[in-house]
Amino acid sequence: MREQTSPKRAILEPAAIEIQNLSKSYGDHTVFRDFSLSIPHGTTTCLMAPSGAGKTTLLRILMGLEAPDEGRIVGMEGKRISAVFQEPRLCENLSAFANIRLVRKRRLWERRREGREEISCAMEQLGLGGCERQTVREMSGGMRQRVALIRALYARWDVLFLDEPFQGLDRESREMAMDYVRRSSAGKTVVLVTHSEEEAARMGHAVHLAF
Amino acid sequence: MNSTTHSRKNKIKIWAVAVWLLIWQLVSMWIGQEILLVSPAAVFVRLLELVPEGEFWRSIWFSLVRITGGFFSAAVFGIIAAGLAVRFRRAEEFLRPFVLTIKAIPVASFVILVLIWVPSRNLSVVISFLMVFPIIYTNVLEGERQMDPKLMEMAQVFSLSRPVRLRYLYLPQILPYFRTGCSVGLGLCWKAGVAAEVIGIPDQSIGEQLYNAKVYLDTPELFAWTIVIIMLSFLFERFFLWLIDRVATILERMR
Repeated sequence: MREQTSPKRAILEPAAIEIQNLSKSYGDHTVFRDFSLSIPHGTTTCLMAPSGAGKTTLLRILMGLEAPDEGRIVGMEGKRISAVFQEPRLCENLSAFANIRLVRKRRLWERRREGREEISCAMEQLGLGGCERQTVREMSGGMRQRVALIRALYARWDVLFLDEPFQGLDRESREMAMDYVRRSSAGKTVVLVTHSEEEAARMGHAVHLAF
Repeated sequence: MNSTTHSRKNKIKIWAVAVWLLIWQLVSMWIGQEILLVSPAAVFVRLLELVPEGEFWRSIWFSLVRITGGFFSAAVFGIIAAGLAVRFRRAEEFLRPFVLTIKAIPVASFVILVLIWVPSRNLSVVISFLMVFPIIYTNVLEGERQMDPKLMEMAQVFSLSRPVRLRYLYLPQILPYFRTGCSVGLGLCWKAGVAAEVIGIPDQSIGEQLYNAKVYLDTPELFAWTIVIIMLSFLFERFFLWLIDRVATILERMR
């Protein structure tokens, strides 16, 4: 599922996503104040902090779902993003295949069956072989989470945000999922939020956040 | 409980209808005056006499076209207005007093008011529109408000196109609310539309036939036309809801 970045584009790209002097509060509760961080492009950065520290808020700001009170993000301009949220966020009435295919724009000349092989292959790798036509509402939590992972990696993206994507998976599924994400995102920019040291060690370089 | 079980439980049983008809027949025989309470047998005979008459079908056609016309326009404008209201706060603020006023005003007041501005032959169009519009508007608006914000964020992150959002996110979530609105509105538009015709008495309408039956104390005809209205309302509701379910099924299959 990798896409090649053209050399021209690579030259023009900034070297990192720069989080500059970010502040965010909800009422009296300050999530972070004057926070700065550099997330290098082309690698997997694992953001680590205790639960409730504001990792998800930071990720939401990076994804453009929330605005910071102060500060700015540099290096995200024109970037196509993809994500796995803490919940699968799938269309319940659609099949796994339809949910995954939804995120990639189909061109006029592309047939309806386009992408089926690629999706089936990905589903096979994550232990979901044969479940392509199964409606998501009939799937277990773990299966849904894996469908959400495949969807995120099937989309056309430049930066991938993963918010504790392996939680709720059993050990075997987690191993498969981590291998799959690593293979499919090698050389690309991935921001992974986790509080598991083991996951961080397997997936990329860990950054311990102190807001 | 699934919808099949639910619809099976809600089905009208033939034995129950038969018992009610029997009670009606017995009460009618006990009273012994057709003018006060006509027997079901006499109503059925009168209905059979009406069916071959050209005027019967012309009256049905007249009212059907106008009442359903009012309903469809209300459905279209209700959806558009709800779409605008959810996007623009000012539109919702602007429409709120209008919708609340329409809901509060009695049908009879509306009919008399509208008769001043509109010819009586188009009265039922306006009245059924006014009765259905607030229901469709309120229901669709509620459906839009109840949409899952998490799915909307997902659509934003993946930059899903407008048609994709409409087809896969908006429609499945709003359609049940629209269907409920239609179910309520369909029954109401027939009741209010015919009531308006009885007051406005447009030529060759169901309302005029009901009015004449009342004037000539023709109780069997009054009951016969009432049965016709019930059947029309029932059949139209069934057809329209079937149409909505069909669209939903087709959309499901297209996934």
